[in-house]
Amino acid sequence: MSKDSEIAVDIHNVTKIFGSFTALKGVSLDIRDNEFFTLLGPSGCGKTTLLRLIAGFEEISNGAILLYGQDIAGLLPNKRPINTVFQQYALFPHMNVTDNVMFGLLRLGQEKSRAKTRVDEVLELVRLSDFADRMPNQLSGGQQQRVALARALAPSPKVLLLDEPLSALDLKLRQAVRLELQQIQVQTGITFIFVTHDQEEALTMSDRIAVLEGGRVQQVGSAREIYEAPENKFVADFIGETNLIDVNVSNIEAGKGSCILPGGEKITCAAAKGARAGPGHLSVRPERIKISASNKSLLQGITVRHIYLGTDLHIEVKLDTGGNVTIRMQNSTQIQIPDVGQSVKLDFDPSSARLLVD
Amino acid sequence: MANLPNTTQKGSAKTYDGFGIPLILPAWIIIGFFLVIPVAMMLVYSFLTKEFRGGVIWEFSIGAYDQFFFYRGLFGDSPPTIEWTYISIFWRSIWQAGLATFFCLIIGFPTAWFIATRTGRNKTIWLFLITIPYWVNLLIRTISMKFLIRDNGPLNEFFLSIGLLSEPLHVINTNFAVQLGLFYSYLPFMVLPIYAAVERYNFALSEAAADLYASRTVTLTKVILPTVKPGIIAGCILVFVPSLGAFLAPDLLGGAKNFMIGSLIEEQFKGNAGNWPFGAAASMILLSLVLIVLTFYARSQTKDQI
Repeated sequence: MSKDSEIAVDIHNVTKIFGSFTALKGVSLDIRDNEFFTLLGPSGCGKTTLLRLIAGFEEISNGAILLYGQDIAGLLPNKRPINTVFQQYALFPHMNVTDNVMFGLLRLGQEKSRAKTRVDEVLELVRLSDFADRMPNQLSGGQQQRVALARALAPSPKVLLLDEPLSALDLKLRQAVRLELQQIQVQTGITFIFVTHDQEEALTMSDRIAVLEGGRVQQVGSAREIYEAPENKFVADFIGETNLIDVNVSNIEAGKGSCILPGGEKITCAAAKGARAGPGHLSVRPERIKISASNKSLLQGITVRHIYLGTDLHIEVKLDTGGNVTIRMQNSTQIQIPDVGQSVKLDFDPSSARLLVD
Repeated sequence: MANLPNTTQKGSAKTYDGFGIPLILPAWIIIGFFLVIPVAMMLVYSFLTKEFRGGVIWEFSIGAYDQFFFYRGLFGDSPPTIEWTYISIFWRSIWQAGLATFFCLIIGFPTAWFIATRTGRNKTIWLFLITIPYWVNLLIRTISMKFLIRDNGPLNEFFLSIGLLSEPLHVINTNFAVQLGLFYSYLPFMVLPIYAAVERYNFALSEAAADLYASRTVTLTKVILPTVKPGIIAGCILVFVPSLGAFLAPDLLGGAKNFMIGSLIEEQFKGNAGNWPFGAAASMILLSLVLIVLTFYARSQTKDQI
């Protein structure tokens, strides 16, 4: 994971306003050279807008975007050494695969024979060499997606933008392409900026993730950082699943907080930046909560229902103090599953809980 | 697959067939009565002998075609030389129709692009405006245009009064007037199919082209035009074909010197002075030309689909 620390794209306090709607509100991000960077967020969070600003399809209202130190705000998309893999691929329907992939190379003034060599090379990379003469409408969705990738990679851009490129593929294919994309990123050493609303995609592929919501960056970090140490309620809830338990925070010190659980138990756990004493939220991941066999427990409640997920099982527990908690258990034969209506004692390691700000 | 209705079953197959024929029948009847029979009649007439007061004598003759292409002297007994009169009328028609198509394309494409890129209600309004002239009969519109562009018509009067012209611009009875008439009559036929094609155009393709370093011009020529080509070709055919056979604009705006093939044919069937076999032969020659153009179009379409 030794990554060059040079900044590829420096997004500096960028604001984008469409009429009366502000899509991005002062977004700042540093995307490093040779990094697989993901912009993650629900639809309407501004992630695609940010991507389009980097590509040059929209003009920024305020702020600056620097590409390796150079301000690119005034450059048209065709003057930026950045290529895009479009969500619906946007392959030229009247050109075969070769001509599609060659398009950018020819525009850059490359000689046709040299361009052809490069086309063969990229088609090899995306394993489409046998389809060079096909028209786009003769290809499956997955193949079209790979042509789009090859077309964007062919001119060897400094930065590759990917706008939810997997969203049109079915689940199995999506999982296979994820790995491929990651490999290609490592092989080519091109900085990837990947937009998605799918947290699983983001977690499995990215070096770093920026979580966006409401036109603002909520948190930037590695998959592990974002999952294990979410900064706020939104991030905790959007990335994976979590239980938010209302607690009373007694004091915060050096990133640690002490709080009193609804049942009266007192624990000390990690606290997010900005957490304050007073009423707060404690986030505990479903898989970190265990059903306790001993008398010692942090929470108590009654099993409300089971949700069968195949490999896993969700058990919903209504706490005696009010509010619901979900527990995730592996679906193994050795495990004892409490019946619906049965009262259960729940326990978790305070080190896996986290106090959050709203 | 198991849940799909089995179409090879006798009952269901019959149902589909039973519906098919009654549905297509009206179309076949209309095509038969109003297209196949009249064209067949013209074809037969073109090989008959003319009756002097109009009409035909049922006697086989290739005289009509001979008359179109060859001159055999006043009494028809000299050695044949090529007859340029009709060929040049024909040629002028092709030239005028081609020119009208060209101008309609130059003006129609940006217009269609403009309309297709409007949003919501604006689009409907612009389309509506394009179709408004069609509520008035073409004859009336052409006569109005004749009135407008006359030497002492309102346009000339206006330009004279503001001092832009020192003497009336002579437009009526020129090729230019015919061109104006054709352009005006058939412009919407260019705009509408191109509009339909641009409407379906995926603008992400333009972004993709720009993303891949294409300038605006290259995006237009390498991506946009090839993608909307079917609409452009359809528009060109819809303008060229009726322009070629047009007789209202050349008759009313062009005068006797700017005759087109449509007027020539029209005259052969008008009153008692006409020559039906000759008119029929000229129609057949025109039709052959149109069919050649359409064949090229069909070829280019099937090539695209490979």
